[in-house]
Parts: sequence; structure tokens; C-alpha cells
Amino acid sequence: MSTISHGEAAPRGELDPDPPYDYPDYVGTRLRHPTRPLVTLPETLTELTGPVYGHESVGELDHDLTRQAPGEPLGERIIVSGRVLDEAGRPVRDTLVEIWQANAAGRYAHEVDRHPAPLDPNFHGAGRCVTDREGRYRFVTVKPGSYPWRNHPNAWRPAHIHFSLFGRAFSSRLVTQMYFPGDPLLAFDPIFQSVRDPKARERLVSRFDLDLTEPEWALGFAWDIVLRGPASTPMET
Amino acid sequence: MSGRGRTPSQTVGPYFAVGLTNERWPQVVSRDHPRAIRIRGRIVDGAGDPVPDAMVEIWQANEHGRYAHPADAREELPLEEGFTGFGRCGTDGDGEFELVTVKPGPVPAPGGGMQAPHVEVSVFARGLLKRLVTRMYFPDEEGANAVDPVLALVPAEERPTLVAVPDGDALRFDIHLQGDRQTAFFAL
Repeated sequence: MSTISHGEAAPRGELDPDPPYDYPDYVGTRLRHPTRPLVTLPETLTELTGPVYGHESVGELDHDLTRQAPGEPLGERIIVSGRVLDEAGRPVRDTLVEIWQANAAGRYAHEVDRHPAPLDPNFHGAGRCVTDREGRYRFVTVKPGSYPWRNHPNAWRPAHIHFSLFGRAFSSRLVTQMYFPGDPLLAFDPIFQSVRDPKARERLVSRFDLDLTEPEWALGFAWDIVLRGPASTPMET
Repeated sequence: MSGRGRTPSQTVGPYFAVGLTNERWPQVVSRDHPRAIRIRGRIVDGAGDPVPDAMVEIWQANEHGRYAHPADAREELPLEEGFTGFGRCGTDGDGEFELVTVKPGPVPAPGGGMQAPHVEVSVFARGLLKRLVTRMYFPDEEGANAVDPVLALVPAEERPTLVAVPDGDALRFDIHLQGDRQTAFFAL
């Protein structure tokens, strides 16, 4: 069994949908990417298990980012919903989904964010929910604004919502970002472009879905998330 | 291959504290647990500077070596109510994190035998387009560490980067992202 792999290789012999660690266009990677080869970790009981979170940790309104303050946040109200699946297309049930995002003006409720766009006292920008029996999640929020960052001159992040998921095992853990269809900034964004396979990149972009909209209330965007696993063959010794 | 293409990873970015970290997550067990241990560490970049916008997650078995997960069906080992085996902590301005947990018991190795007690560690940060995965082993387990099948896969000169060092009444596990002192990281 080969034990050493480079971080850039797909561990399972298929085109790796994940971005590389070393991606110079995203300046933040330069001093933070590993420079020694990675060691391939066999799937032991440690990796075949993973954090399990159920409904007990999530409040009834945690999925609704428009109802976490006394007043309503400003911005375009949207519903974001989809299914969490494994690579075989099976639903991943009862798994915690956490999101966070900028407000409609493109500003995070975070002390480090100095973008001179207004904070919204009625928008904290965080939500949680647990997938149902079909792996479905649903959030109500406002469409996040684009915002400038200092990666390169005149750099702007496309509008995005950060997602964090656990799945069934340690190896299925995923932190990613959901983008919006037709955003002209996607073509210029090194974080989005760091996913080299165009098909994989497109899987980060949500789809406008008229069926998800609520008339006279909110637009709807559909986004399915596919997590790694279930595990392949555990290590034999 | 049939089936679905996986959703790619993207960086956690600098603002994850909005949604992911809080005061409760760093405590896998309560601070007053009789056998609570503290794991402290600093995350350092390739220039030797602390990383103030990183997040560490740990996943581990309980003191009996049992995982709080349905795939660990060894009913003969006790599982405490409320023990999840999961903790999460953001780094502070000095790149430091601190987690409170218990020392895990040994867990089975594939094909028989046992793995040395270990804590599985994920690192997320601005500048990391996908998480880094490593393991923390315990300094008082020299014998078990010497025969651990996963440590054996790590080049000998890098193995010390995976063993915590005593630090007062805590254990220190510094994580170097890059360079000559880089921590050994795993590909899943």
C-alpha cells in the first residue's frame, strides 16, 4: 500500500473536486499551505465514525435568519433549500447544517470586517438546522451582498453563503460556500476558481427555483450538497 | 462511476466566528470533570507568525475507547450520556486555542490490535481552501505510540510533530502549517 501522497492528488483515483492547498492566486494560501507531502490516512474506526448531532442542539427558529432580532433585516428575502446526499445519492439524514453570511450590504457582523458598508442591527447572519428524513434542509435569510477584499487590486467576493456540514463520518466533514447563479464576479474570484474542474465548480452554484419561492414574500434558491462517503474499504493489514 | 459528484470544499474564511464558534464548543467535557485535560496549542504559518483566524476541531473516543457513533457498536464499552467526542475552538490573537476533554482510551486498529490513544484534529482557516487533518498522540504513551499503525505510516522524523508535550497542567499541541517544522498532515 502506498503511504505517501501529494496534497494535490485525488486519493481515490478520480478527478479531485476539492481545490489544492497551494493556490497562489488566493494570496492567503501562500504561507498556510503544507509544503511536505501528506500521508494517506487509512480509514480506521476513528475516521469511520464522526460527530453526530441531532435535533436537540437546534432551536425552532435557528433556520430563519430573518427572525433572530426584534426587527426585520433589510435586503432581499430568500429561501435556500436542498438535499444533503452521499456520493451514492442516498439522503444524509439528521445531520447538522450550519451557515453564516454577510448582510445585504456585504458586511459581516464580525469585528474584523472593516468594509465601510452598514451593519444591520436586525441581522446576525448565522443559522442552523438539521436535515430531515429525505436529507432536506431549508433556511430563510436575505441575499448577502458582495464585498471587497484585499487579495488583489479591486478584488470583490461574489455573493455567497458559508455552509458547514458533518455527514455520517469524520471523512465526510465539509465546509464550503454556496454561490448565486449568474453572478458576474464568479469569473474573477480566485476562491471559486480554485476548484479546477469546471463541473465541480458549477456544483457550488445554486439554482433559482420558482417552486421554492413564496409568492409576495421571498425568492427561492435550490442547492444540493453531496458529501464524501460512505467509506470505501477500510485498511487491511 | 455512477453516483453524484462531491461538492467541493471552500475556505472557512475569516468570519467563521459569526456562525461556528461559541463558548460551549471548546468543552468536550465540563471543566470540573474529575479527569478533564486541557489541550492547548498555537497555529503558526510558514513565516513563523501566529494564525489568529483559524479554527480547530477534535474528534475522539471516550475514556473507554468507545466512539459516540452508531458505527461503533461495542456495547460492552460504556458510553456516557452527553459525551459527543467533538470539540471546536477558534484561535485568539496569538494563534492559540484551548480545548477541554478527557484522554481517550485506545481504539481498535484495522486487522486486529489497538491504536494508541489519539485525538483526530481538523484545522480550518482563511487561506486553507480545504481543511488540514492531523492526529494528536499522548506523551505518556511511548510504548503504544511506538507500535501505532498510523504513526508508523508517518516518516520517522515527522512523528514527533504528532505527539503533544506537557505544558504545566495542560498538554501543548502546536500546529505548524508550513516549513521545516511543519506538522505531519494526512490525506483522507
